Amino acid sequence: MKSLILRDLRLALRSGGGFALTLSFFLIVVMMVPFGVGANLDLLARIAPGVLWIGALLSCLLSLDRIFQLDWEDGTLEALATSPIPLSGIATAKATAHWIITGLPITIAAIPLGYLLNLETESYIWLVASLSIGTPALSFIGAFGAAITVGIKRGGLLLSLLVLPLYIPTLMLGAQCVTIGSEAPIKLLALVAAISLLCIALIPFACAIALRANLK
Amino acid sequence: MLLNVNNLNCRRGPKLVIANVSMSVSAGECIILRGPNGSGKTTLLRYLAGLCDSADIKTYDNSIAYSGHLDGVKSTLTVRENLNFWAGIYATNSMNKVIEKLNLEYLSNNLAGELSAGQKRRLGLARMLISNAKVWLMDEPTASLDKSTSALIFEAINSHCKNDGAAIISTHIDLDIPKSRVLNMEDFAVKGKDDDDPFLKGSYQ
Repeated sequence: MKSLILRDLRLALRSGGGFALTLSFFLIVVMMVPFGVGANLDLLARIAPGVLWIGALLSCLLSLDRIFQLDWEDGTLEALATSPIPLSGIATAKATAHWIITGLPITIAAIPLGYLLNLETESYIWLVASLSIGTPALSFIGAFGAAITVGIKRGGLLLSLLVLPLYIPTLMLGAQCVTIGSEAPIKLLALVAAISLLCIALIPFACAIALRANLK
Repeated sequence: MLLNVNNLNCRRGPKLVIANVSMSVSAGECIILRGPNGSGKTTLLRYLAGLCDSADIKTYDNSIAYSGHLDGVKSTLTVRENLNFWAGIYATNSMNKVIEKLNLEYLSNNLAGELSAGQKRRLGLARMLISNAKVWLMDEPTASLDKSTSALIFEAINSHCKNDGAAIISTHIDLDIPKSRVLNMEDFAVKGKDDDDPFLKGSYQ
């Protein structure tokens, strides 16, 4: 599994790998908001948590079809499916690599972008905590959608329709946790953590079933 | 015995393609699957590889390596990086030996995307060698290859069988492997209800 994660990271950093695409999309989406909304600092501060979370979610969505599709197209997925690593292990490794490529850089980039959106000082800690705890759920739920649509050419629309409703609880809780004045952000953070842990524990097995069905 | 198949029925989608396949494969044996296109060679190999579930296939040490029509090669990684990845997956340290055996040393730092079809096929074969699997399942391993590359691949299969391995290969080429036998896929073909229809066969025009 370690070599699969390392290989995916290496591929992401090579030309056409998608690492830069995700991060630059996140930067563009968030940086465009002040231009669209105008120089109303109070308004920007109020919408900053939602904008940052929606930006993270859309950036994550953009790279989901790469999780299994490229391996499917060049025969690697078939070879991996017949290797000693179980399909659930392969799904865990691929979703983990996806989080390192998307979730982690987004969490780090959100700090300077928060400044751009006039995010309240006391919200930064909750922003970093909610994104770092919530983005693994985005990667694992996305991996499930990617596993279901792996054999479908140009299945991006179907993938988005499948995954977006499943993202909503994480988005709501994550953004609410950062919003200043929200009651008991620690409880909201605990709920985000619970969703992430549930996804990490169960989704690899669902991915394995979906991949097995698509490989038949 | 390395592999035993007992009355296996294989489906491609909802359609039953071949039925009642029974065979056993022992160490040193090479089974060659023969039959026209669509006769179920690939389907059978995919079943044997475990890509389709079946209780009729029994593997004895669970070590099977499958090579399909595609080589599973990443074009943006070098030859060495590709093999290093598979060595990690199969938890073996035989990569350098395999590179030497298949004469891939001079290509080891080249990107796989720069390789020719034959060189990519050799890289795919290297994965089979790295796997240390006893049973190799290969689907048309010499398709679109020249004589010398085909000979290199068959030499590797021969050497694998001599070292107590076994191989099941779909190919149209005659192999010079001592313990090889041919499995004619047409013997297991399932007749469709329309197969004898003279109109569909084109007898009436």
